[in-house]
Amino acid sequence: MSWNWTMADAQALLPLMVVSAAAVVVLLVLACCRRAGVAGILPAGETPATRIGAVLTVIALAAALALLPVAGAAAPRSVTFLVIVDGYGLFFAGLLLSACIAVALLGHSYFRQETSAGGEFYVLLLLAAAGAMTLVFSRHFASFFLGLEILSVSLYALAAYNRASLAGLEAGVKYLVLAASSASFLLLGMAFVYAKTGTMDLGRLAQLLNAAPQPALVTVGLLLIMVGVGFKLALVPFHLWTADVYQGAPAAVTAFIATVSKGAMFALLMRYLVGVNFTLQYPLLAVLTAVAVGSMFVGNLLALRQENVKRLLAYSSIAQLGYLLVTLLAAGPGGRELAIRAAGGFLAAYFIATLGAFGVVSLLSSPQREAESFDDYRGLAWRHPVLAGVLAAMLLSLAGIPLTVGFIGKFYVLAAGVNANLAALVAAMVINSGIGLYYYLRLAIALFTPSRAEPPPRVAIHPAGAAVLAVLTVLLVAVGVYPQPLLRLLAAVVAL
Amino acid sequence: MILIWFILIPAAAGLLAWPVGRKSPLAARWLCLAAMVATLALGGWLWAATPDHDAAQGHWLAQFRAPWIPQWGAQINLRLDGLSLLLVLLTGLLGVMAVLCSWSEIHDRVGLFHLNLMWMLAGLMGVFLALDLFLFYFFFELMLVPLYFLIAIWGHEHRRYAAVKFFIFTQVSGLFMLAGILALYFIHGRQHGGDYTFDYVRLLGTSMSPTSAWLIMGTFFLAFAVKLPAVPVHTWLPDAHTEAPTAGSVILAGVLLKVGAYGLLRFLVPLFPAAARDFAPAAQVLGVAGILYGAIMAFAQRDLKRLVAYSSISHMGFVLLGVFSWNSLAMAGAMVVILAHGVSTGALFILAGQVQERTGTRDLDRLGGLWETAPRMGGVAMLFALASLGLPGLGNFIGEFLVLAGTFQASPVLTVVAAGGMVASAIYALWLVQRIFHGPNRESWRLGDLNAREGLMYAALVAAIVWIGLYPRAFLDTFKPAGQWLREMSGTGVGGSTGVPPVEVRSLLGTKPSVNTGETPVLPGNSEGRP
Repeated sequence: MSWNWTMADAQALLPLMVVSAAAVVVLLVLACCRRAGVAGILPAGETPATRIGAVLTVIALAAALALLPVAGAAAPRSVTFLVIVDGYGLFFAGLLLSACIAVALLGHSYFRQETSAGGEFYVLLLLAAAGAMTLVFSRHFASFFLGLEILSVSLYALAAYNRASLAGLEAGVKYLVLAASSASFLLLGMAFVYAKTGTMDLGRLAQLLNAAPQPALVTVGLLLIMVGVGFKLALVPFHLWTADVYQGAPAAVTAFIATVSKGAMFALLMRYLVGVNFTLQYPLLAVLTAVAVGSMFVGNLLALRQENVKRLLAYSSIAQLGYLLVTLLAAGPGGRELAIRAAGGFLAAYFIATLGAFGVVSLLSSPQREAESFDDYRGLAWRHPVLAGVLAAMLLSLAGIPLTVGFIGKFYVLAAGVNANLAALVAAMVINSGIGLYYYLRLAIALFTPSRAEPPPRVAIHPAGAAVLAVLTVLLVAVGVYPQPLLRLLAAVVAL
Repeated sequence: MILIWFILIPAAAGLLAWPVGRKSPLAARWLCLAAMVATLALGGWLWAATPDHDAAQGHWLAQFRAPWIPQWGAQINLRLDGLSLLLVLLTGLLGVMAVLCSWSEIHDRVGLFHLNLMWMLAGLMGVFLALDLFLFYFFFELMLVPLYFLIAIWGHEHRRYAAVKFFIFTQVSGLFMLAGILALYFIHGRQHGGDYTFDYVRLLGTSMSPTSAWLIMGTFFLAFAVKLPAVPVHTWLPDAHTEAPTAGSVILAGVLLKVGAYGLLRFLVPLFPAAARDFAPAAQVLGVAGILYGAIMAFAQRDLKRLVAYSSISHMGFVLLGVFSWNSLAMAGAMVVILAHGVSTGALFILAGQVQERTGTRDLDRLGGLWETAPRMGGVAMLFALASLGLPGLGNFIGEFLVLAGTFQASPVLTVVAAGGMVASAIYALWLVQRIFHGPNRESWRLGDLNAREGLMYAALVAAIVWIGLYPRAFLDTFKPAGQWLREMSGTGVGGSTGVPPVEVRSLLGTKPSVNTGETPVLPGNSEGRP
C-alpha cells in the first residue's frame, strides 16, 4: 500500500497533531518546573506546575478546536488507511475537545489545594484526548485499538489520581482490570472477523455487513467487539464498574469518563453501524435492542434509591446511553440521516448537562473531600444559591424538560425512533423517562430543602470552574430555547 | 403581535420578581399582581374589541407567527379563537386570584415563589395559544416544572410525594403524546412529499390507517385524560391538590385541568375524527364514571381540600361527556363547565386556604361553627357550594344542563346516570358548608372574618359566576364560531356526518331564535346514529 504525504493530509490531521504534541510539551515543561519547585522558590498554595500545565493544556485544546475548520477545509480525506477526517469526525472531535477544555478547567479548580503532583493530570488529559480523537477519526481495526488503548491507559492513572484515598485506588484498579479484560475480548473479536473476512478496514466491513448475512464466526467476532465497546459505553451488562469508578475518581475525571470517553466510543460505533441493514444481521439487532432496553431500565432503577450523588449520576449515565442506542437502531436505510443528527444532538445535550452536573460536584469537592452524599446537597440553595440553580438546571436537562437542551436531545431521539417505527423502544424510553424523573427531581428538590445534618463547610468557588459552569448554563438554556444553530451545524457536518 | 404579550408579561414579571423579592417581598407581590391584571385587561380588551361573531369572517381573532426551528417545521405559531380567548381570560382572572391569595400565606422565598407562579401562568397561556404542535408540547411540559416546585417547596405535609407523583403522571403521559405527535408529523410529511410540519391547521385532515389513527389518538387521549383527570388516571389529583399551596391549588383546579379539556376539543377530535367517533362511547362511559366516582369519593373525605379535589373529578367528568357528544349543545355546555368550574372551584380552594391559614387545619372533623365569627366567609362559601351543586342562576348549572341536554340526543341512558351525579353533588356541597360553618364549634375557633383584600377577591369571583349563570350568551357567542369551526374540521366527526341537524344553543336557551345560520331548533328524539 503506497501512500504519499501531502499538505492536505497534514492539514486534515492538524488538530490531532496539536493535541499529541501538546502532551509532550506539557510533560517537558512540567519536568522543568518540578525541578524549580524543589529549589524552594515557590509561593504557597497553587504551584506553578499546575497553573502552567493548566494554561498550556487549555491553550493547546483551544488551538486544536480552532483548527477544526482548517482541517474541515481538507475534509473528507482519508489519511493513510488508518484515519479518515470527515465532517462527522470533526463534529465529534469538536464536541470532545470542548469537553476536554471544560474538564481541564474543572480539574484546575479541583486541584487548587494540592501542593504537589498537580501537573500530571494535564499530561494524562491531553493523552486521553488524543486517544479519543483517534477513535472518532479511525477507519481501521489498528487505529481503533490504538486510540482505545491510549484513552484507556490514561484513564487508569486518572481514575486513581487521588492516591491517598482508598476509593480512588479501588476505582483505578477496578478500571484497569476490567478495561484490560474487555480489551482482550475486543482483540479476540477483531481476530475472528479478520480471520473470516480478511479485512480490517471498518468501512469495508460495514459494506460486507450490509450485503449479506455473515457466517457465524463473523457474528461471534462482532459480538465480542461489542463487549469491548459496551464496556467503554458502560452499557448493561458491562456496567458493573461504572458506579465504583465514578465514585472513586476525582469529580473532574468522572466528568471526563462520562462524556469524552463514551462520546468517542459511540461516535466510532455509529460511524460503522449506521446504515447497516439490521434485518440481515439479526443477532446484532437482537443484542443491541436488549442492551438498549436493559441499560435504560437497569440504570434508572439502580439510580432510584441512590444516596450518593456521584453514583446516582453514574447510573443515570447508563440510562442515558441506553436512550442514545435508540438512534443507532433507528439508523436503518430510511432513517440514517435523521438518526445521525439525533445522535449528535443528543450527545451534545448529554455532554452539556453531564459536564455541568459533575462540574458542580467538582467545585464543591476537593482532593481531601468529595462532595458526594445527598447531605452535601441538601440546602445548597442557601449556601450557594447560584450553584444550586445550575445543578437544578442540569438535572432538568438530563430529565429532558423543555427550555433546556436536554429536551432538544430527547426530542431528536424520539423523532428518530418514531421515524424508524421502533414502537417498543420508544415506549421503553418514555417509561424510563418517567422513572428517571423521580431521582432527578429528588436531587433537585433536595437542593431547596433545609439540611437536617450539620451543613458541610462552605467552599470557595474557583473562578475557572465558575466560568465553565456559566458557559455551560448559558448553552443549556440558549440551545434549549433556540436550537437552530446546533441543528444547522448538525445538518452541515453530520452527513456520512 | 398582541398574543405574544400574554406569555411575555407573566414571564418577565416572574423573572423580575425573583431578585426584587429578595429585597422586598411586597414589591414582588405588587409587581406580579400588576402583571396579571395587565394580562387580564389585555384579554378583556381583545374580547371587547371582537366584532360580532355572527358576521361572516374567519373565526381566528388574532395570530402571531415567527420562525423558530425551520429544520423541524416548527414555528412560533400563536392563534386565538373564541375557545382560546375564554381560556386565556380564565387564566388571567385566576392568575390575579393566585397572586392575591398568596399575599398572606407565603412568607418564605417570596421572589422564587412568584417566579414559579408566573412561569406556570405563562406556560398555560402558551398552551392555550400555541397552534403548532411542537410549541404546544413545549408549553405543555414547561408549565409542569414550576408547579412541581410550587408543590414540593411551599406545599403541606406530604408535599414531596404528591409533587413527584403529579409530575411523573403528567410527564409520562405527555411523552406518549409527544411520540404520537411525532408519528402524526411523519405520516403527514410522507403523504405530502416531505412537507414536514407541526402546524395544527395543516395537520388537520391527515389521512391515516384506522390502526394508526387509533394508536395516535390513544396517546393524545392518555395525556389529556391524565390532565383532566378522567377515572382511572386521576389518582395524582387529590394528592397534588391537598398538598399544594393555595395558589397552586387554584391554578391547578382552575386552569391546569382545563388543559385536558382544551386538548380534547382542540386537538383530539379534529385531528382524529373517525377514531374519536368510534371511541366516543367508551370515553363517555369514562366521563360518567368520573362524575359518579368523584361525587361518591367526595363524601368520604375528612380533608377539606381533598373533598374539593374529588368534586373536581366529578365536574370534569361532565366535560369529558360533553366533548365526546360533539354537538353544538354539548360542546357549549363543556365550555361553560370549564369556565364555571374554574371560577367556583378556584373560589373553594381559596376558601380552603383561608380556613387553613386561620385555623391551621383542613380536617372537617375538627372544624365547625365558624359562622359565628366569620359570617361573611360562610356566606361566600355557601354561594360557591351552591354553584358547585348546580343551582340555577349560577354558572355551573348552565354548563351541566347543556352537557346533559346535548348528551341526551346521543345516549339517554348515560344522561340519566350522569344526572345522578348532580344529586350527589348537592349532598357533598351542602355537607361541606354544614361541617365547617354550622354545628357546634368544638374547638372554639375564633376567626377573623374576610378583610378587604379577600373581600375584593370574592367579589370578583362572585360577579363572574353570576355573570356566567345569568347571561351565558356573552360566553356562548364567543365560543360559537370556534366550536362550529372545530365541528367542520372534524368533518365526519363524532356527531357530524349522520345528517342530524345541529342544535342551536340559543334557541334552547330562548334568548334569540337563530335566523341566519339555517340550523333547525332542537328536535326531540334525535339520535346521533352512532355505530
